[in-house]
Amino acid sequence: MFEKIWDSHLVIEKDGNSIVYIDRHLVHEVTSPQAFEGLRLSGRKVMHPELTFAVPDHNIPTIDQNKPINDPISALQVETLRKNCRDFEITLFDLGDDRSGIVHVMGPEQGLTIPGSTIVCGDSHTATHGAFGSLAFGIGTSEVEHVLATQTLQQKKPKTMLIEVNGFLSHDVTPKDIILAIIGKIGTSGGRGYVIEYSGEAIESMSMEGRMTLCNMTIEAGARAGMIAPDEKTFEYLKNRPFAPKGESFRKALISWKQLSSDNDAKFDNTVKLNAVDVLPQVTWGTNPGMVTDINGRVPDPSNIVNSIERSSVEKALKYMGLKPNVPIKEIKIDRVFIGSCTNSRIEDLRSVAEYVKGKRVSKDVLAMIVPGSGIIKRQAEDEGLDKIFISAGFDWRQPGCSMCLAMNDDVLNPGERCASTSNRNFEGRQGKGSRTHLVSPLMAAAAAIAGHFVDPRLN
Amino acid sequence: MESFKILKGKTAPLDMIDVDTDQIIPKQFLKKIERTGFGVHLFHDWRYLDDEGDILNQDFVLNSPRYKGAKILVTGENFGCGSSREHAPWALFDYGFKCIISPSFADIFFNNCRKNGILAVVLKKEEVEYLFDEIESNEGYQLTVDLPKQVVSTPNGKNFSFEVDSFAKNCLLKGLDDIGWTLQYKEKIKDFEKKVVTQKPWLFLEK
Ligand code: SF4
Repeated sequence: MFEKIWDSHLVIEKDGNSIVYIDRHLVHEVTSPQAFEGLRLSGRKVMHPELTFAVPDHNIPTIDQNKPINDPISALQVETLRKNCRDFEITLFDLGDDRSGIVHVMGPEQGLTIPGSTIVCGDSHTATHGAFGSLAFGIGTSEVEHVLATQTLQQKKPKTMLIEVNGFLSHDVTPKDIILAIIGKIGTSGGRGYVIEYSGEAIESMSMEGRMTLCNMTIEAGARAGMIAPDEKTFEYLKNRPFAPKGESFRKALISWKQLSSDNDAKFDNTVKLNAVDVLPQVTWGTNPGMVTDINGRVPDPSNIVNSIERSSVEKALKYMGLKPNVPIKEIKIDRVFIGSCTNSRIEDLRSVAEYVKGKRVSKDVLAMIVPGSGIIKRQAEDEGLDKIFISAGFDWRQPGCSMCLAMNDDVLNPGERCASTSNRNFEGRQGKGSRTHLVSPLMAAAAAIAGHFVDPRLN
Repeated sequence: MESFKILKGKTAPLDMIDVDTDQIIPKQFLKKIERTGFGVHLFHDWRYLDDEGDILNQDFVLNSPRYKGAKILVTGENFGCGSSREHAPWALFDYGFKCIISPSFADIFFNNCRKNGILAVVLKKEEVEYLFDEIESNEGYQLTVDLPKQVVSTPNGKNFSFEVDSFAKNCLLKGLDDIGWTLQYKEKIKDFEKKVVTQKPWLFLEK
């Protein structure tokens, strides 16, 4: 599948470098200002303004979005994005517009993400869009400028890896648990240089939301992109989306999309197999997403690790995380819960949380917040009455944005605070200086919010 | 962009693995809308004891006077992992690092280095270990990085060769900007669009 998309987007190959055509380009306020600045400085134009879409999401507040932003720098970045979109005639989904939200939630929702296309954005979690059988990857700011000016990118052809997840997920084990288990298995650099294609029964049985969660975190295994062959679920999702093809055009597209999946004899540079039934709910204990175990596990004991580099990195992580060796995961108490981010803020995630917390109360020792991925999701959740369930259980119900996934707005952990988070990165300081992040599924986050510590959501 | 040919300079060690871009330039500094001035914030959370960046952390290796003015950084595996922020190479460049040597780099970071005139050199693990020892025991240690010949030379005459693809080499040597390179092929891009618009019209959108 990767080869098919790559070949059909190759403009030229020269000096060992390839120019690849880009079909959709998404921009946000943090990684784009310098790209537009670069265009102005060199007197260049945007080649195809109609193929680029912008949304502010990274540093916007999640309350009072109708009011001016307090933080002067965030306000300046959002204002700069508005000005750049005006000057260069780019479509902007601005704050207050229901269509706005986290860039990787907005793209699929608007039908901008379609099978067989190439999609880029100045954010590493662009891999999310691979769930639709597109080739989607994160780029740096110079590349944002390059796409704006040329609608292409210079790329080296990556290698391909197949990850086969066979069998079906056990009840209440989620796609997030699968991807954390995969990263735990292959490591945070196991995917380096690869585009990963996921296949197997477990993947086929996943909803589009679940597939997005999976592809989203592919980047945390070090890979360029993750992708899943499009099928009936994909096509069903895309029908009637605002920017997806319609009518006759949709029917024609469908014929082409159905030919995308990898041929039976397709060759991959590497193959990894996993049995879905073996995966239990996952919790990270360290400072990268590969430092993970399951709910019945314990914090590792560095003294059992032979390799000295590995040992010291575990020691360092435990020190930062304020964890003692051998402590059962279930005994780790938390202070905060964050449900949101482009990994897990979609309607299905919110429904699973609502189902679990209905009629329960958030532990008195825990502050918990839920940040929907977009205005559309927020409205849908409210139409379904989920917000009432959340609020009466004691959750804070916010407006859409990246929020505490990277804590560039006011949603920040205090030093030393421990958070069960549905986001994608548990790096030192990611959710605030000295913050301690445990990555989990929405269901686990919900269960931990109620219990005040990690518990097996399947038993409660 | 500045061109890169032969660099001789003071060399600093950062003996850690998996240094991610959040550590290279913490996110609170991403809010600027310019490309320059990130050097003072490089490794902020390690380098300073306070949020404002007024109090230096004397225990952090780059704060040691012996590494002041270093142009080359030697570091552990998987350097530059995590977020794709290009502020990381901007900060390294602005601080003064023109070359980073490691057994391995994260993909996006590696490319971002080249685009910003920084040469990222992959040496063998043993070679990097050797350099750590040498830097540690020799004050004012200087390496010479020769891009045309693709070798890193130590003061005691050891030469470590490295790979670099011809395109990256060419761009770094000439200080060539990527967009300029691509726009040489503008006609080809237009031809490509004409072809696709008939085959797969749904990939294009109305203006
Ligand atoms: S939610 Fe987090 S990972 Fe996703 S786009 Fe926002 S900052 Fe990036």
